[in-house]
Amino acid sequence: MVDAAAAQGTLPSSRARRGARAWRFVRRNPTLVFGLVILGVMLLAALIAPWIAGDPYSMKPVQRFKSPSAEFWFGTDNLGRDVYARTIYGARVSLAVGLSVAVLAVSAGLVIGLLAGFFRSVELVVMRLMDGLMAIPAILLAIALISLFKGSVAVVIVAIVIPEVPRVARLVRSVVLTTREQPYVEAAIASGTRLRRILWRHVLPSTFPPLIVQATYICASAILIEAGLSFLGAGTPPEIPTWGNMIASSRVYLARAPWTVFCPGIALALVVLAVNLVGDGLRDRLDPRIARRM
Amino acid sequence: MLAFIIRRLLSTVVVMAIVAVFIFLLLHLSPGDPAAIIVGDNATPAQIDAVRKQLGLDDPLAVQFVRWVSGVLTGDLGISIFSHEPVNKLIGQRIEPTVSLAATTLLLAVVIAVSFGVLAAWKVGTWVDRCVMVLSVLSFSVPVFVVGYLLIYVFSIKLGWLPVQGYAPLEDGVLVWARHLVLPSIALGLAYVALIARITRTAMLDVLSEDYIRTARAKGVATGPVLMKHALKNAGVPIVTVIGIGVALLIGGVVITETVFNIPGVGRLVVDAISQRDYPIIQGVTLLFSGIYVIVNLLVDLSYTLLDPRIRY
Repeated sequence: MVDAAAAQGTLPSSRARRGARAWRFVRRNPTLVFGLVILGVMLLAALIAPWIAGDPYSMKPVQRFKSPSAEFWFGTDNLGRDVYARTIYGARVSLAVGLSVAVLAVSAGLVIGLLAGFFRSVELVVMRLMDGLMAIPAILLAIALISLFKGSVAVVIVAIVIPEVPRVARLVRSVVLTTREQPYVEAAIASGTRLRRILWRHVLPSTFPPLIVQATYICASAILIEAGLSFLGAGTPPEIPTWGNMIASSRVYLARAPWTVFCPGIALALVVLAVNLVGDGLRDRLDPRIARRM
Repeated sequence: MLAFIIRRLLSTVVVMAIVAVFIFLLLHLSPGDPAAIIVGDNATPAQIDAVRKQLGLDDPLAVQFVRWVSGVLTGDLGISIFSHEPVNKLIGQRIEPTVSLAATTLLLAVVIAVSFGVLAAWKVGTWVDRCVMVLSVLSFSVPVFVVGYLLIYVFSIKLGWLPVQGYAPLEDGVLVWARHLVLPSIALGLAYVALIARITRTAMLDVLSEDYIRTARAKGVATGPVLMKHALKNAGVPIVTVIGIGVALLIGGVVITETVFNIPGVGRLVVDAISQRDYPIIQGVTLLFSGIYVIVNLLVDLSYTLLDPRIRY
């Protein structure tokens, strides 16, 4: 479009050209953009929650089980609490857990994977440990941890990080193993570059594209596991408004007040969908090798 | 071949040993006195002492570990703190609903997912393909309990077609049993179907571009046999691999599904144990489910040589 306009001699303003470029990006990456938009809206809502939603804790027993209306967009629950306010505040916990788990799991897995990829001695021991850790179902490991420690958001985050680390470590290790066979890394080794510099300058960057994709998938699965744990009563303390807690406390009223279950449920599904779409979109852009395989 | 099986079995034993050590150490890595943690905040010192004695927590760690492992190897998973029953007996009482749910889900999911995957690969680029892919992203994103309550609301509460919750043992009749399992299986299997369908589609697409498929088509072999005999059989390895890996989804999902549908299975046993801080039950079930996952993936690895005779070890 830009080329055609330029050929006709009507040079478009730089603003129009930027607009055209942005539009082309949207058209080529529909899933990525769609996911980012939903995620952006959710993130914004979570950040400005105090300004766009009422008090999520206030109980008004006279207003129990009000169906959605102009006053209460998502209705009220069994204690007369505003489901809209609680759903908006619930986004805070979900997104905070999702993002922290992604960052922590990727950082820990990156270090372990880099070391395991470069040192045979580390590899043998650590990768066996990772295999063992991977065999324990994430949700049960989290339940075990949470039954021993007091339930809090921090414990939930750690409990979800632990089973995700092996997946990252394995991915990083496999990238390191292929990268160190590359001529430029061999050249760096041959020319006597220090190991720290090789890892830092030559190997580390090649792990980034698959890691970013992996991080989004970890974020999505962390949000799901957190909600599942809260739902089972093994997550964040029940008084904190999280989507899992809301569904857990409302489920007995499903027939009477379905909005108390489905409003947080839809919010949860939407966030996970958005993160998964961002992951798919990034994968198609950053890592064509994996894109073909999936 | 035999050497491979032995090597693979040995590595399974190693993995299971690491799992056991990890699950055992969890209790002892937690800060403070494990007995006090298990008993809870409002316990008297006498109660704490009783639990400590019951679990043998005063012995050295190594002694405790050896005792625990030798117990596990003889099928003794310890005693429940809450009900004072052996954990393996409690699991035994609850195993039928869980096996029923997991088996029906696995069977249904694999059949549905593989057919959808084959269909999407055959009709690649058409609206059929796009529908399957969109559905698979969607069902991978909706949590088990949200699907579960949606199904209960629509099919049980509004339409009244199926029982709301609960479980009917097989001895009550196959039909009653099946009616109670329809909704839980769909809720549990959705993410699993999505995962397998996606991999099946990719694996089929890889195989369908091979020369021998073109040859078969040129020979005039009908579409059905080309898809099922020539293509699907050769796409088997990645599909079986993901069926094995995805068992983790089923195991995690069972715990939640049984809570949603009020099914008195092993998953429900764990969930009840959370609020009672009944750590031996959580420990026992975690070990059992990890073991199942490891064994399923061992079988998957061993099945490669059957699926693809070119694979030799």
